[in-house]
Amino acid sequence: MIKLFSVKEKAKKESAEAAVTGKKKSSAGELRIQKDISELNLAPGFSIEFPNGTDDLLHFEITLKPTEGYYTGGTFLFGFEISDNYPHDAPKVKCLTRNVFHPNIDLEGNICLNILREDWKPVLSINSVMYGLNFLFLDPNPEDPLNKDAAKMLRDNPRQFEQVVRNGIRRGW
Amino acid sequence: MSSGNNNNEVAMAQPPSRFEDVLHVLKRPGALAGDGFDADSGDDVMEMMQDSISLLVIGAGGLGCELLKDLALLGFQNMTVVDMDTIDVSNLNRQFLFRPADVGKPKAVVAAEKVNSRVQGCRVTPKHARVEELSLDFYRQFHVWVLGLDSVEARSYVNSVACSLLEYDEDGNVDPSSIKPMVDGGTEGFKGHARVIYPGMTPCFQCTLWLFPPQTKYPLCTLAETPRTAAHCIEYAHLIAWPRDRPDDEFDADNPEHMLWMFEQASSRAATFGIPGVTPQLTSGVVKNIIPAIASTNAIVASMCATEVLKIVTMCLRGMDNYTMYMGGYGVYTHVASYERDPQCIVCGAGIAIKTRADSTLASFRDALTSDSGGDGALPTDLRGKVTSPSISHGSSNLYMAHGPLEPLTRANLSKSLRELLFAEADMECERRTVTLMLNDKALAAPVRLRVTVE
Repeated sequence: MIKLFSVKEKAKKESAEAAVTGKKKSSAGELRIQKDISELNLAPGFSIEFPNGTDDLLHFEITLKPTEGYYTGGTFLFGFEISDNYPHDAPKVKCLTRNVFHPNIDLEGNICLNILREDWKPVLSINSVMYGLNFLFLDPNPEDPLNKDAAKMLRDNPRQFEQVVRNGIRRGW
Repeated sequence: MSSGNNNNEVAMAQPPSRFEDVLHVLKRPGALAGDGFDADSGDDVMEMMQDSISLLVIGAGGLGCELLKDLALLGFQNMTVVDMDTIDVSNLNRQFLFRPADVGKPKAVVAAEKVNSRVQGCRVTPKHARVEELSLDFYRQFHVWVLGLDSVEARSYVNSVACSLLEYDEDGNVDPSSIKPMVDGGTEGFKGHARVIYPGMTPCFQCTLWLFPPQTKYPLCTLAETPRTAAHCIEYAHLIAWPRDRPDDEFDADNPEHMLWMFEQASSRAATFGIPGVTPQLTSGVVKNIIPAIASTNAIVASMCATEVLKIVTMCLRGMDNYTMYMGGYGVYTHVASYERDPQCIVCGAGIAIKTRADSTLASFRDALTSDSGGDGALPTDLRGKVTSPSISHGSSNLYMAHGPLEPLTRANLSKSLRELLFAEADMECERRTVTLMLNDKALAAPVRLRVTVE
């Protein structure tokens, strides 16, 4: 290891980096989300908005308009919250479109998607979450329900489920 | 009377120094001593420890109390302790600087008072604050930082501060005088670690973030539909019932009414599903993510940390290289591992030095980087010509995002000068400034740090 302190040379030289700009330091989470966003690959049907402008990438909204499956023609809005500890912590994602009838989304907008909780890994990115959401709307999973009524209907009476979803989309949820 | 007797009397009259035992170590040469250690100047080194070295102790909890005690008894006299917390009754079993009468007072203040009153000559200064509230100049005044923290977040933050204080010479070598060595301790039940970080030289906290296990998380659908354990019922109350039934209340785990509500919700859910085991203790344990703290683990880890501080400051022994894990659950097991730096670490990497003119536009700066010469040879050869469409950020401000919806919003910046984009009005007179920019590109596995000197 290096010798940093010596008995002789006690007086520390003044720091060369004189006036530090008053700029807020960016957190590790912010550095990583800059990379995620700069590499964002918006699949067809997706769009993204930054409500707080170009300098706040920690809060954004993603809109999904499925082009296949039960939910074709609907518009679903998701709020993303990224912590300073991203990607150690998963992004917090909520469905902001209310009362969506979906087996894996409850009426408060909580989403049951494994990579958002128990299976989140730091190698995943915002792209992975978007693929996950896309998949959830292409292929709703009645086996692991968050909305039990929706799951039961999808399992027992897929035609009725389709009808309820159609009606919801027509009403704009 | 002979002079020999006289000496004896003087020796009898003066009790041995309080730090006699530390002096033994500082005055003895040895094969394991660090580079430049001089046993003949042991007294001077002791004096330096006492008078010139100032330590920053971050955290005054279980580890912090032990650290302050250990460091004070080693002879360190100038210390500042930072902690944002106040003392809780449940701390008293292991945070031995606190007494029942201290409950509710700031930990840092009480810890400093207790150490100052018990160890003569010791001057511990308390700071009742969050690590995020303290300025770079505050952090800069200390020689060694000792961390007794309980969260990944706080460690990450302190680590990023230490890395941001680093200065580099023209060749990209780190200036040793800008390095703030950090000694980090951590405990969880019977397990713990102690590690030494020389930011810019040895792996920083971010380089080895993967060492921390992810928090236990349950699938939301299990909580909502198929709970099987008491913890599932408590997490249901915490994550689903609270936001549903009390959407306007911010949940506060230190509010007894909130915790009672949580416990009752969890109990009634457990009753519905016939699950035993929901207790107020378990409820607060799950909600606050508490792992029981073991006093002896804290003592062992803190003693390893304090010893490393002594080694760093005096070089009396070569330091730990660079991580020690401790397992005390079944017997005692320790293992020292030498972790390596992540060459692509986004926090401690030296980055690439580039010189440019303040009046050049962002577009021309960016074009130079993407040219085959890679900014006049600034980029390493393996990146030249590979970086084709980079995004550039300065701290939180995204100067240019090359893809997606932010491209049109940041495009106007391309025609602005670097002076305009990077410096506030007041700095305009400065002739020469170094700023750190981050470069992102699909060809890069991680963001690349650019140390841009603007003239």
